[in-house]
Amino acid sequence: MNPNRLPVRPGEVIDRETSLAFTWNGRPHTGHRGDTIASALAADGVDVFARSMKYKRRRGIMTADHWDPNLFVQVGDEPNVRAGSRRLVAGMEVSAQNVWPNLRFDIGAANQLVGRFLSSGFYYKTFMRPKWLWHHLYQKVLRKFAPGGRIHWETSTHGAYDKRYAHPDVLVAGGGPAGMGAAIAAAEAGASVMLVEHEPDLGGHLRWGDADDLAVLADLAAAVESHPGIEVLVDSTVTGRYDHNWIAVMQRSHEIAPERLIKARAGSLVVAPGLIERPYVFAGNDTPGVMLSGAVRRLINLWAVRPGTRAVVLSANPEGDAAIADLEAAGVEIVAALDARAGEDIVEVEGRGRVGNVVLGDGRTVSADLVVIGTGWTAPTSLLNMAGDRPVYDPTAARYFPNQLPDDVLATGGITGNGTTAELVEHGRATGTLAANRALRNRHDRRSSTARARSPEGPIPESLHDTRASLARTPHPECYRSSSHGMVDFSEDVSSKDLVQASREGFDSIELMKRYTTVTMGPSQGKLETVNAAAVLAETRSMDMVDIGTTVWRPPFAPISLGALAGRIFEPIRRSALQDWHEDHGASPLLAGQWVRPDHYGDPVAEARNVRENVGIIDVTPLGKLDLRGPDVTKLLELVYVNRWQKLDVGRVRYGTMVAEDGVVSDDGVTGRLGEDHYLMTTTSSGAGAIWEMLEDYLQTYRPDWNVHVTAVTGGLTSINVAGPRCRELLLRLVEGVDLSPDAFPYFHVRRGTVAGVPDCIIWRIGFTGELSYEVHVPSGHALHVWESLLANGEDLGIMPFGVESQRILRLEKGHYIVGQDTDGLTKAPSAGLGGLVKLDKPDTLGLPELRAAYARTDLPILVAIQTDDPEVVPMEADQIVDGDSNRILGRITSSRMSPTLGRSVCLGQVDPSLAAAGSKVTILLIDGRRILGTVQEHHAHVDPEGVRQNA
Amino acid sequence: MIVVNCPHCGPRNSSDLRPCGEVTTRPDPATASLSEWRTYLYLRENPAGWVTETWYCRSGCRRYFTIERNTATNETRSSEAS
Ligand SMILES: [Zn+2]
Repeated sequence: MNPNRLPVRPGEVIDRETSLAFTWNGRPHTGHRGDTIASALAADGVDVFARSMKYKRRRGIMTADHWDPNLFVQVGDEPNVRAGSRRLVAGMEVSAQNVWPNLRFDIGAANQLVGRFLSSGFYYKTFMRPKWLWHHLYQKVLRKFAPGGRIHWETSTHGAYDKRYAHPDVLVAGGGPAGMGAAIAAAEAGASVMLVEHEPDLGGHLRWGDADDLAVLADLAAAVESHPGIEVLVDSTVTGRYDHNWIAVMQRSHEIAPERLIKARAGSLVVAPGLIERPYVFAGNDTPGVMLSGAVRRLINLWAVRPGTRAVVLSANPEGDAAIADLEAAGVEIVAALDARAGEDIVEVEGRGRVGNVVLGDGRTVSADLVVIGTGWTAPTSLLNMAGDRPVYDPTAARYFPNQLPDDVLATGGITGNGTTAELVEHGRATGTLAANRALRNRHDRRSSTARARSPEGPIPESLHDTRASLARTPHPECYRSSSHGMVDFSEDVSSKDLVQASREGFDSIELMKRYTTVTMGPSQGKLETVNAAAVLAETRSMDMVDIGTTVWRPPFAPISLGALAGRIFEPIRRSALQDWHEDHGASPLLAGQWVRPDHYGDPVAEARNVRENVGIIDVTPLGKLDLRGPDVTKLLELVYVNRWQKLDVGRVRYGTMVAEDGVVSDDGVTGRLGEDHYLMTTTSSGAGAIWEMLEDYLQTYRPDWNVHVTAVTGGLTSINVAGPRCRELLLRLVEGVDLSPDAFPYFHVRRGTVAGVPDCIIWRIGFTGELSYEVHVPSGHALHVWESLLANGEDLGIMPFGVESQRILRLEKGHYIVGQDTDGLTKAPSAGLGGLVKLDKPDTLGLPELRAAYARTDLPILVAIQTDDPEVVPMEADQIVDGDSNRILGRITSSRMSPTLGRSVCLGQVDPSLAAAGSKVTILLIDGRRILGTVQEHHAHVDPEGVRQNA
Repeated sequence: MIVVNCPHCGPRNSSDLRPCGEVTTRPDPATASLSEWRTYLYLRENPAGWVTETWYCRSGCRRYFTIERNTATNETRSSEAS
C-alpha cells in the first residue's frame, strides 16, 4: 500500500488494478500503471529525490512534470531520466544520481558551509590556477561532483533510434484546449494536421482541472481522435523551428525506438504551448516540500497522491486558488492561505529533509510540511523566438507576449492571453482556420508555379484576414522575489544573491550574467528561472523589466538524445550483381564508398600470384561508367580531360586524366569509342557520382549548345576484368563475333561481341594489373552467368577469382597510381607525372590557366616509385620522407606493399623535386622512429616497365 | 533547412539539392590571366541580401537551375521574375 495514495479521483490517470514493482536505491516499491516514477515514489512517502549540483542540497518534487529540475534519476543503464514525466514500468531499477557518496549523507553538503567559495564565477576563479592542478586534481574532483548519471555503453540495452520525415499542412505544438481547437478547425478546413503534445495525454491544464474542465476535455479529445485529418503525437515535443517552417519533433517512447526524431515541413506552425508556472524566490525555496501549485494539483488529480499534510499556500492567481480547493479535497490541512494580490508573503522556509517551519510576511512562524506557490506564469516563447520574434514584457500581466510573427507561424492559447476554457478553444479554432487557409494557399501557389509537379487541386483558397479577437491580458501582480534571497536556478544552484553579486562585479547585462553565473544554463534551460533572473537584475539595477530583456531561447526546447539525432542513416548500400556469389565463396567484404566489394577470398597474395602466372577474374562493377552519345562528345572529352581526344578512332580506347578548375587531379579512367557518336567513359569508383554531375554541369550551364546525352550505366553493366597470361586462351572458348588475335584486337582497343552466349557485351583491352587483360562489361542481368561460365571454362587454366587487395598489389607493382590515394587535394597535374599527356595548347580545358602556372613551377612534389634498400621492410602508407636525421619533411609514401612477384617491398611516394631523379636516395621515417633508406626508381612500374606482358 | 523551389520538381528540402553558389562567369581559359582565373575560382560577392545562385537538383530532375535567394532571410524567388 502507498501511504500517500488518495481515494479515487475523477480525473486520475492511474490504473489501480495493476501493481508495478520497482526499486528505488535498491529498496522495493510499488506503483500503478499511469504513475510517473516521481508520483509513485511520492505516493510511497519519498521526499528527497536528489542532491543539488553545487551545494548538494536535498531536493524534492517542485513541478512534478518534465521540467522539474530536481527529479533527474538513473534508471538501469540510462542516466538523467526525468522522473517527473517518465512513466513507471515494472522492474525499473531507479536510483538517485549526483549524490556521491549517497543520498542521505554526502561530502558535498559541506559545500553549503563554504558557500562563499562557490558563488558566482567560482569555476572561473577557483579552478583556473595553478594550471597543472587542473589535470591532477580539479578535473578528478569536479567529475565526482558533476551532475549526471552513469552511462553504460558496453551494456546499453537501448534499441535503435529512428528518424521520420513528415509534411503536414498545419503542425500544432501543444495539445491543450487552444491547441486541440486549432487542430480541429484546421482539419475541418481541409488541412492535414499534426498535433504534438508534450505530455502522455491530450488536454493540457484541463487534465488536472475540475469536472467542467474534464467534460470539455473529453469532448475535444473525441473530436480530435475522430477526425481522419489529424495525426496525434503524445509524449512528443516540438524541439525547434527553423527556416521555412522546418520543425523538429522528438517523439518519445515510440514502439520501435526509444526516441524518434521527426523532421516535419509544415505549411503553418501553430504555437500553443500554454504557460509554465514560475517558482518564487525566497529563503529555503528549494527545500523538499516547496511545490508549485501545478505540481500539487497534478499529484492530487492525476495520480491521487497527497502531497503533504499541513500546507501553507501563497497564491496570486485563480490557479493558485484552485490548488487550495484541491488540497482541501485531498484532506490536507491549510495552515495559512496567503493572498499575494493583497500583499501577503512568505519570507523563509526552514527544514532540511522536508519543510518544517514557514516564516510568513507578517512575521508569524507556522509549522507545515508543504508550501504551495502559485505566484505567476512564464510564457514559453521558444518557438516564437526561433521564428524571429522578440516577445515583449507586459508589466500589468507580469509576463511576456508575442510581438511580430511571420505569416506561417501563429500563436494561440495562454501564450497569447487569458480566457475561459471556451474562449481558449474559440481562439484556437480561429487560429487553426487561419493557419489552414495560409498553408493551403501556399500549397496551391507552389503547385501552380511549378512546371511539371502535381497540379493544384481545385480553386485557390481565398485569402483570409486575421480577424481573431485577442485573448484578454488579465492583470497579475509581479511576484518574483520575496524580501529574502533564495534559489533562482535550481538546476545550476544559482541564487538571487549570486546574481546581485555578479551584477556588482560588472556582469550586469542579462547575457553576461548568464555566462558568468551559469543561470539558465542547466537542464531547465531557462523555462523556470529566466524571468526571475531578469527580475533580480532589474531590481538590482533599478530598471524596468522591459529594458532588461531575456536570454535568447535556442533549440532544442527539450533535450534530445545524441542517438536520436544520429538516428537512422538513409544511405543505400550498393552491391554488384555478383556480390552474393562473392559472399557465398568466402569473400571478405570491403566497404568502398557506397559499395560493398570483395577484398579477397582468403589469400590475396596467392590471388595476385595467380594473375601473374595463370588467369584471374575480378568484379570491378563499381567503376563509374557513363554512356555518352551525340555529335559533340569529342568536344566534351577535350574539355574535361587534360589530353587530346580528337583523333580517337571507332574501336579505340584511350586513358585520360581529369583535373578540376583549380588544376588539381580529380579523376582518371579510360574512355572507348564504340561508334561514330557513341562512347563509354569510365571513372574511378569513388568519382563516379561527382564526375557525372560535373559533366552535366558543363553541359547544362556552360555549353548548353553542345549535343551530348549522358547516361550513368555503372550498375547496369557488370564489369569483369579477366587478367593473366592465359586470359586470351580462356576468352577464346567463350567469345563469339570478335577476333581476339593480338593483331586484330590490340592493346587499348574495344570490341562488342557475345560472351558466354550473352550478346552486346563490351570488351576492351586495358591493363591496370599490368597483365594481358580484357575487361568485359555485361548487362547486369546476365552477369552471374558470364562470371560462372568464365570460372567453369577456366578450370584447367588455373582460374581464380581475385579481390580488391590483390588488384592493389598488382597495380602497385605496375606503378599505376590511384587518384585520391597517390594524389590528394593539393596534387596538381605535374606532380602526378602526367608529363606529355597534358596539352597546354588546347583552346579550352578545365583548369587550363592553373595547368599553365603549375607547369611553370619547379617546386611541386613529384610522384615516384621507391624501393627500400632493405627489401623486407614495408613502410606504412603516409610514412614521411625526411631530410636525413632532421625532421624536415621532403615527401611521403603514398602506397606500399610487399610484392609477391619481386619478393620485395615496393612503394609509390610523392617527393620533393630535388629527390625525384632516378637513383636518388630518400630517408623514410617509420612509425616506430627508425629511419630507413630507399631508392627512387627510373619508372613508376616496378614490374615490366616496358609493358611486354600487357601488350602480349 | 530551407526549401528550394526546383522549377521542374517543385519545392524540395535543400538536402535534396546541391548548392553550387553564386552564379559566376567562366573567363576564357585561353586568355585569362592567373589572377582573373583565381578571382573566378575563389572570390564571391557574398552580399547580405539578394543573390543569384545555381542549385543542382541531384535527387530529382538532375537539372542545374538558378534562383534568387536573400541571404539575410532565406527568402527565395524565381530568377526569371526580375
Ligand atoms: Zn528538380
